[in-house]
Amino acid sequence: MKLTDIVARCEHLFEDLDFNAVKEWKAAQPGRMAIGYMPIYVPREIIHAAGMLPVGIYGGGDQIEVIQGDAYYQSYICRIPRSTVELGLTGRLDCLDGMLFPSICDVIRNLSGMWQLMFKDKYVHYVDVPQNYDDSIGGEFYAHEMQQVREDLAKLRGKPITDDELRAAIAVYNDNRAAIAELYAYRAQAPWQAPTSEVYLVLRAGLVLPPEAHTQLVRDYLAAVKAEQRPKKDNARVVLTGAFCEQPPLSLIKSIEMAGCYVVDDDFVLVSRWLREPVPTDGDPLTALSKAFLHHSVQSSPKYDERREDKGKFLLHQVKTRGAEGVIFAAPSFCDPALLERPMLQEVLAKHKVPYTAFKYAENTGQMAPIREQAGTFADSIKLWSAA
Amino acid sequence: MATIQMPQSQKKPATVQKEDAMLLQKEMINRNYHELATAHETGRKVSATFVPGNLNELLMCFDFARSLPETNALQNGMRKKSGKMIMDAERDGHSEDVCTYVKADLGMMLQGEVGPTGEKLPRPDVLLLSYTGCFTFMKWFELVRQKYDCETVMLHVPYQGDGHISPNMREYVVKQLKEKVIPTLERVSGVKFDIDRLRQYMRESTKAEEDLVAVLHSAKNRPSPIDGYFGGVYYIGPIFTAFRGAPEATEYYRVLRAEIEERVRAKKGPVTPEGELEDEKYRLVVEGPPNWTHFRDFWKMFYEEGAVVVASTYSKVGGVYDFGFRHDPDHPLESLAEYCLGCYTNLNFPQRIDMICRYLDEYQADGLLINSIKSCNSFSAGQLLMLREVEKRTGKPAAFIESDLVDPRYFSAANIKNRLESYFQMIKQKRAAAGAAVH
Repeated sequence: MKLTDIVARCEHLFEDLDFNAVKEWKAAQPGRMAIGYMPIYVPREIIHAAGMLPVGIYGGGDQIEVIQGDAYYQSYICRIPRSTVELGLTGRLDCLDGMLFPSICDVIRNLSGMWQLMFKDKYVHYVDVPQNYDDSIGGEFYAHEMQQVREDLAKLRGKPITDDELRAAIAVYNDNRAAIAELYAYRAQAPWQAPTSEVYLVLRAGLVLPPEAHTQLVRDYLAAVKAEQRPKKDNARVVLTGAFCEQPPLSLIKSIEMAGCYVVDDDFVLVSRWLREPVPTDGDPLTALSKAFLHHSVQSSPKYDERREDKGKFLLHQVKTRGAEGVIFAAPSFCDPALLERPMLQEVLAKHKVPYTAFKYAENTGQMAPIREQAGTFADSIKLWSAA
Repeated sequence: MATIQMPQSQKKPATVQKEDAMLLQKEMINRNYHELATAHETGRKVSATFVPGNLNELLMCFDFARSLPETNALQNGMRKKSGKMIMDAERDGHSEDVCTYVKADLGMMLQGEVGPTGEKLPRPDVLLLSYTGCFTFMKWFELVRQKYDCETVMLHVPYQGDGHISPNMREYVVKQLKEKVIPTLERVSGVKFDIDRLRQYMRESTKAEEDLVAVLHSAKNRPSPIDGYFGGVYYIGPIFTAFRGAPEATEYYRVLRAEIEERVRAKKGPVTPEGELEDEKYRLVVEGPPNWTHFRDFWKMFYEEGAVVVASTYSKVGGVYDFGFRHDPDHPLESLAEYCLGCYTNLNFPQRIDMICRYLDEYQADGLLINSIKSCNSFSAGQLLMLREVEKRTGKPAAFIESDLVDPRYFSAANIKNRLESYFQMIKQKRAAAGAAVH
């Protein structure tokens, strides 16, 4: 497939807020079910093992006019729950047979209960994750939580989910994560070849496609960009952080790139990269998933850092391993996890003399000129400092 | 009749009227600030922890002086000190979008750690991060730890997403207590854990909880002898903070209960800052925390209209006792787990709505008022659905106002007063319509 076709397909999937890809997948075989999930992380392996399609619900972006959703939230609440409620109330999520609301913040947590009241005929579950990282404490708790999801989905489909089905799903997602890791490594190495505005779309496609199809798509994209020769610019290499839940509009990502920044790492759609190591496909599958969460998951602000010295470790790792010259803190307005974390991360970066800049956005931010100016100034200043 | 051994209040009410119990709780809290200020001089270690999921009995087992950062922030709010603290924290890089309790606390540190009573507060020796019903708590103590580099121990309390406490959730909390929290507190304090000491404190807690519940239930009377929100915050003060399990709290609640029962017998209304409310016109249930920076002005808007809050959800934020939960000395750790898991903001949305509907019914309230707090997503996110759902289920009118905890910039007296006046009108019309229907 040609590069332009791949990108066009991803863009089409990204813009389709009627979730036709999900409807088509369901229609292809009677009885198929789809389960939605919100950021930041759910063990999608369990949904896949049940023969269901995991569908990432990341709000309505800048393509939806929120009318009903605004009536549910005060002005000081972020935008993703409003547009998600809008998607639900306008019937766009009718193709989903259930929704999982992971532990990320109080807004999404409360949305789980709201969903129970608003969509009484659907399966709704709040997925708690441990903030204690001992195998015998948090690990056991989390394995039980996953067992609950497993039993709930088994009930929905009418038969138990076997260990072998779970192991097979783990293998499928290991492959998906490996492909995405390869894509991220390639982008860091040659960001002019694989711009983030495209990589992001490829990633977003994984929210609505079956994982096997998405893995193939990632590999096809990688092969196609490698075959192209794109011009290299004298851009600043940056890590973008804080955008792990409500996503910025695509135009914002493009604006940052146009302003002279190559995004060499980020925290967009973290669910696809949450587990940093392959999950063992032997032994007890839920224990394997639990251990992967406890010991090999990404450090992000919805998770507790047990030790002070751990704060910012992952961000510094991103900066170092990707060869970044600076960090852009891009957080949604009113995002408690990102905005409370930010000063601590900034302190760590300052200590390590990593330059940074910060701004806020909403998923429907329309004015890009200030972002472009700020990112452009930041890129210029990096170039000046590095030249000095 | 037994003589109640209570310290006599040294303060004479001047123009502002308060119940004796209100003055006494204020003195207890001030005394606690003094204990905190002198803790290190007297060789005591200092703990800090949050109100929801506050394990006061456990902390007392290790002789900690006990600080509660939300209480510090609200006390500073009531004393009109929080505005500058918040702005200082914002100048220091904290977002205008986040919780003002956090910023008031961090601002207080920036201003030299002088507490609400004017005494310098000590740096905590341990932060007991009881992650109960509020995500922000976790970041708050990470921020404090970042600044002070003090020992921090996490107690992760799972959320009641499905509306019940599962054995897995309970076991998880108990395991953390046994394997993480208690060993850390032992190490920091140098005091060995004694479970019988914990049981003894819990026996005291149970007595205080019984009396508190009797006080809260007294609002079912007409007229209500208490205001369950504005007065309620005084009544919950000791049991939600550094005193639950201490004999002085038990005594406080015994005195308070006696005082309130006397008011019931005398058919008296609640005591307001301007004296007793004699004509109860409206009975309300309130959801959400109060505003602290204009607390008295806010209260006045209610009592001037003859409105009494007969039940509130905020008075359950540090523990829901009125549906039967009591600390259980026979199962101390399990009971601490149940307590944390059952705090109001750890309940899911359907549970919270059920509770409000039950209050409206049992307390024969005219309607629900939601005070939506900008700082507090844990309370506020979804309250507009709550409003509609409660109206739908009960047929009683609900109203919505907005303010903040301790940020004076978000208190608009005129707006709130207008809305309240319209709301009272609405209740009147509903009553008139109901009366007309009967005739």
